[in-house]
Amino acid sequence: MKARVLVTLKSAVLDPQGKAIEGALRSLGVPGVSSVRQGKVFDIELDTSDPAKAEATLKDACEKLLANTVIETYRIELVD
Amino acid sequence: MKSAVLVFPGSNREGDVARALHMVSGVKPAMVWHADTALPQGTDLVVLPGGFSYGDYLRCGAIAARAPIMEAVRAHAARGGLVLGICNGFQILCESGLLPGVLVRNARLRFICREALLKVERNDTPFTRRYARGAIVRYPVAHGEGNYTADAATLKRLEEDGRVLFRYVMPDGHRDDAQVLNGAANSIAGIVSEKLNVLGLMPHPENHVDPLVGPTDGRALFESIVGALEKA
Repeated sequence: MKARVLVTLKSAVLDPQGKAIEGALRSLGVPGVSSVRQGKVFDIELDTSDPAKAEATLKDACEKLLANTVIETYRIELVD
Repeated sequence: MKSAVLVFPGSNREGDVARALHMVSGVKPAMVWHADTALPQGTDLVVLPGGFSYGDYLRCGAIAARAPIMEAVRAHAARGGLVLGICNGFQILCESGLLPGVLVRNARLRFICREALLKVERNDTPFTRRYARGAIVRYPVAHGEGNYTADAATLKRLEEDGRVLFRYVMPDGHRDDAQVLNGAANSIAGIVSEKLNVLGLMPHPENHVDPLVGPTDGRALFESIVGALEKA
């Protein structure tokens, strides 16, 4: 089964990279962008086809390595 | 004194810190590969050097913090053994949970490579006993992700327990959190663990040990460690 994990900075954490991207979009004249926050996407293939098992594995992966929960939050999406 | 310098793929300051340790203690440190699972018998001090372990992939220090040798470092720290993490080593210590908080991208997104002024907040630790309390010292910094941050409760605890050992200061010796070079919370440059045996700091004391190349403000940090271990 395939899954996507999204890791983003917690809303209280400053995101200087997001701010720089936001500024760049503004200077390019892209209209209507009020703010940008950036993060990471992990596309992961798993051996299992059991959604509960997949979820548990991915949660473990996030807590152990993919996210630093001091500053980041993660979201798990099972694709199929 | 028996010291061990860890070497991760992408470490690049292990030579400098090994040289500083040799110079000050008279003993060459053991260089220990990240994939090893044990420290040399009788290791007193473990050093995590600066560099770009694993190319800073994922997050700075994230993958190194999960390297096989880190279990042994954790056990060494739990026994009260001394651990010193400099720059990327500090990032690794935070990622491994040996120190709280995290180092994020510098507030103004620039890699900063210059000398920084630091205040030594206390001198009753194994790392700073040869400094005067409140001494202002010059160590170089070279980092892109040195902006220390932690949640409000952690910062409060660090301050209350006096665990901020080094702070960036302005030329007049006072801290200015709004102007701090990398955006670090409370101008924090280095912190110690609860038992004062694990130090992580962003600036490089090992660069300033030889009068041939400039100031020697960093020497006292290594002399402090040697002295603390002799006393023990």
